[in-house]
Amino acid sequence: MSESHQDIRDAVRALCAEFPPEYHRKVDAERGYPDAFVEALTKAGWMAALIPEEYGGSGLGLTEASVIMEEINRSGGNSGACHGQMYNMGTLLRHGSDAQKQKYLPRIAAGELRLQSMGVTEPTTGTDTTKIKTKAEKRGDKYVINGQKVWISRVQHSDLMILLARTTPLADVTKKSRGMSIFIVDLRDAIGNGLEVKPIPNMVNHETNELFFDNLEIPAENLIGEEGMGFKYILDGLNAERALIAAECIGDGYWFIEKVTEYAKTREVFGRPIGQNQGVQFPIAEAHIEIEAANLMRFEACRLFDAGEPCGAQANMAKYLAAKASWEAANACIQFHGGFGFAAEYDVERKFRETRLYQVAPISTNLILSYVAEHVLGLPRSF
Amino acid sequence: MKVIVPVKRVIDYNVKVRVKADGSGVDLANVKMSMNPFDEIAVEQAIRLKEAGKADEVIAVSVGVKQAQETLRTALAMGADRAILVIASDDVHTDIEPLTVAKILKGIIDEEQPGLVLCGKQAIDNDMNATGQMLSALMGWSQATFASELDIDGDSATVTREVDGGLQTIKVNMPTVVTVDLRLNEPRYASLPNIMKAKKKPLDEKTAADYGVDASPRLEIVNTVEPAARAAGIKVGSVDELIEKLKEAGAV
Ligand SMILES: Cc1cc2nc3c(=O)[nH]c(=O)nc-3n(C[C@H](O)[C@H](O)[C@H](O)COP(=O)(O)OP(=O)(O)OC[C@H]3O[C@@H](n4cnc5c(N)ncnc54)[C@H](O)[C@@H]3O)c2cc1C
Repeated sequence: MSESHQDIRDAVRALCAEFPPEYHRKVDAERGYPDAFVEALTKAGWMAALIPEEYGGSGLGLTEASVIMEEINRSGGNSGACHGQMYNMGTLLRHGSDAQKQKYLPRIAAGELRLQSMGVTEPTTGTDTTKIKTKAEKRGDKYVINGQKVWISRVQHSDLMILLARTTPLADVTKKSRGMSIFIVDLRDAIGNGLEVKPIPNMVNHETNELFFDNLEIPAENLIGEEGMGFKYILDGLNAERALIAAECIGDGYWFIEKVTEYAKTREVFGRPIGQNQGVQFPIAEAHIEIEAANLMRFEACRLFDAGEPCGAQANMAKYLAAKASWEAANACIQFHGGFGFAAEYDVERKFRETRLYQVAPISTNLILSYVAEHVLGLPRSF
Repeated sequence: MKVIVPVKRVIDYNVKVRVKADGSGVDLANVKMSMNPFDEIAVEQAIRLKEAGKADEVIAVSVGVKQAQETLRTALAMGADRAILVIASDDVHTDIEPLTVAKILKGIIDEEQPGLVLCGKQAIDNDMNATGQMLSALMGWSQATFASELDIDGDSATVTREVDGGLQTIKVNMPTVVTVDLRLNEPRYASLPNIMKAKKKPLDEKTAADYGVDASPRLEIVNTVEPAARAAGIKVGSVDELIEKLKEAGAV
């Protein structure tokens, strides 16, 4: 695969071009889900990029997967509708049993099964994940789930969900990170049989939900890996997630820069293009520089990840830089569109809202800063 | 039946073209290049013929610089079976002339013995609209240009052509050279699995000399200029004023 991955970029762009801005605008206005778009991406094999060839995927690395996500956002789309599959795949691949992989991966690769959801966040615990209250009790050949989750995305457009729940009470474990486990929940069986899904209307048209578990029974064989080790498995997947989110932000960033540059060249006020004013040029140039810098860190994180080397620092820093850069670019873009930036027709306000999310979810900026302070710089743990 | 599809690497249709300062041509340094859109339609048609059981093998051919490999990989990712790259220049700014391309294609056809050659009607960079016609003449084969429909039935092909007055349907004997127009089909985009497969498909590298063809140009480009910038329009208040202005401009 060449350094710039032009072949992947061209093909994803060609597919995205079939879904013009009007399409994404309409989905946003209707608070809908881009079914046709995600279906086209799935059919063309893009969502199975990370699945090994032996299971029917393309066996590509994180670098290539990140290029796919970047191109979706750069083309005016929103990977938020479908990035879950990319993130979740690694968890199943690394920690799933052979039987689980055989059962699910080929069908996911073929686009017959969607693994788009991951349920971690809870309303009363927030970022302090080890305090989660959702519990899974083993009864015979089943686990029985009770509890509540919030902000769980794409549940209505997924067949499977990876769920984090406590299997040993916090009081009974030696380390607070122990005693949690992850499960594959078959949403098609679960919804209406112990799992209730309540959509949360939100700012970014993300299909995201509150989940209520009331004695939901799942087969014991749906436990992934070892009981009690679930939190570690989730953490293992985070570096990939960070790098992919960074790539999405970079795609957004390029979209904003291109959009505002074009506008600033053509919009004439006071008898000259607004882009001739340094007050307009500089914030755009600044955002561009920040995107390019974030992009280097993103490729470095991906390179390390694909080489099997530690990349926690790089992945976190890439996510931080990219989310910040895309936000600066979004801000410059809406600012220099003047009033028109607020008109839905220009797509700027939609992308502006969408890219804002990435400073909060899936991990907030402060938590990245504390990761770097503690794990990279060796400062005392703050929480 | 084998189908040969010649594909040209051209400046991407989305790129805003800039003329080089010395007027020798268009600046191609660091510019995005893609497959000529009409050739994409030809590749698509060839693949559809194969899917319909009317062709056994689709061979994409490109004549030009080494970088045309990428263009051929695109054709392979769409579904062509193998590719032949004929290197005829090492300078991206050298355009290989239609007659040279046609002669090289003849050399390939003599070796491969296809039943059909599907060309784009023209390349969007120089708009020559000549290679397919020249090839047909060199081969002594029938030709059908500007195809918007193509149906192959045994020894003959029925082709609907987009002509000035409308549509013309003709029947030609096989083997034949067909040049395709915009409305023949909508090319597919490559899927990821097919991009991966394309990396493993055979791509032979040849040179113009392998076919005994001298690729040096016969035409000399005297000058290249940008189209004149469009002058600003004016607003008129009434039909009478419009007619008056048109008369003044000598337009009516
Ligand atoms: C659209 C959307 C989709 C989502 N999808 C999913 C999903 O699919 N699955 C899932 O599990 N979750 C999902 N989430 C949840 C997301 O991961 C959380 O919102 C995020 O991790 C923050 O948690 P919280 O909302 O509970 O904020 P809190 O933890 O309550 O934090 C609130 C604020 O306080 C700051 N803060 C907290 N503690 C500290 C500290 N010690 N030092 C400094 N600052 C601190 C945080 O940085 C944040 O800015 C989604 C969220 C959104 C908005």
